[in-house]
Amino acid sequence: MFDSLYNFPDEFERLRQEFDDLFGAVGMPTGIRSVARGAFPAINVGNTPQSLEIYAFAPGVDASKVEVTVDRGVLTLAGERPSALPEGGNRKVNVYSRERVGGTFRRAISLPDDADPSKVEATYSDGVLHISIARREAAQPKRIAVQ
Amino acid sequence: MSNDKELAPTRSSEATATAEAKSPASSAPDSRFIVPRVDVIEDENGITLLADLPGVPRDRLELKVDGDTLQVEGTVATPMPQQLQSVYAEVRVPRYRRTFTLSRELDPSRIDANLKDGVLTLRIPKQESAKPRRIEVRAG
Repeated sequence: MFDSLYNFPDEFERLRQEFDDLFGAVGMPTGIRSVARGAFPAINVGNTPQSLEIYAFAPGVDASKVEVTVDRGVLTLAGERPSALPEGGNRKVNVYSRERVGGTFRRAISLPDDADPSKVEATYSDGVLHISIARREAAQPKRIAVQ
Repeated sequence: MSNDKELAPTRSSEATATAEAKSPASSAPDSRFIVPRVDVIEDENGITLLADLPGVPRDRLELKVDGDTLQVEGTVATPMPQQLQSVYAEVRVPRYRRTFTLSRELDPSRIDANLKDGVLTLRIPKQESAKPRRIEVRAG
């Protein structure tokens, strides 16, 4: 009964993934604020000609308690995620897997110079916090008509 | 910053390449997936499984029970702008999958599932006959 939820191929897959995570990015330059893999929340960053788009994969977080701040070109996400695990002392409850992280979290991202800190929008849906930061007008590509 | 990493919902070029190498028709789905993190908690009446599936809406979540295996699969469907170019990505595969083997005393026909804010909560009750019960000792 104890190993009934232990699944061998899955564990293997996890190991393979961890190796990819460890060695997959060799040679790539990393940011000064880069953190080890598995940090919460995971972050994807992309840009469009008009904006900078940041996606933080933060499931199970109370959106009203997430703090998003932009200060001197650094975007900081901070918040707390409640742990789902039962309080200690209840002997009738067994915990088999505890992989999900709980507690407070904080992550920082340095923004490019053309990010406009006065135009930031943040939305939370399906456990993804999406932050959209507009780029300054001057930085947007412009087509110049040739006379 | 480099532009050669793609954001999660698009397939990365290397994944596409391997998929095409295996099947020239390139119809084979990307076999890569993220193993979601889970908590598994058992009490007297059953098992509660919590899985982190950020970005998966309800209609892109698939739960399959086949015999004694339970498979959780979900696809990230976070809307993204058309012209988005990825700069940096920690989530590189837009799919989650994890399979569990259920044990005999669990009742897969009464699984209750709830997805909220990217967290899937599954409640798998035990069969009535498997619940702990007290056996009265009669005075002889």
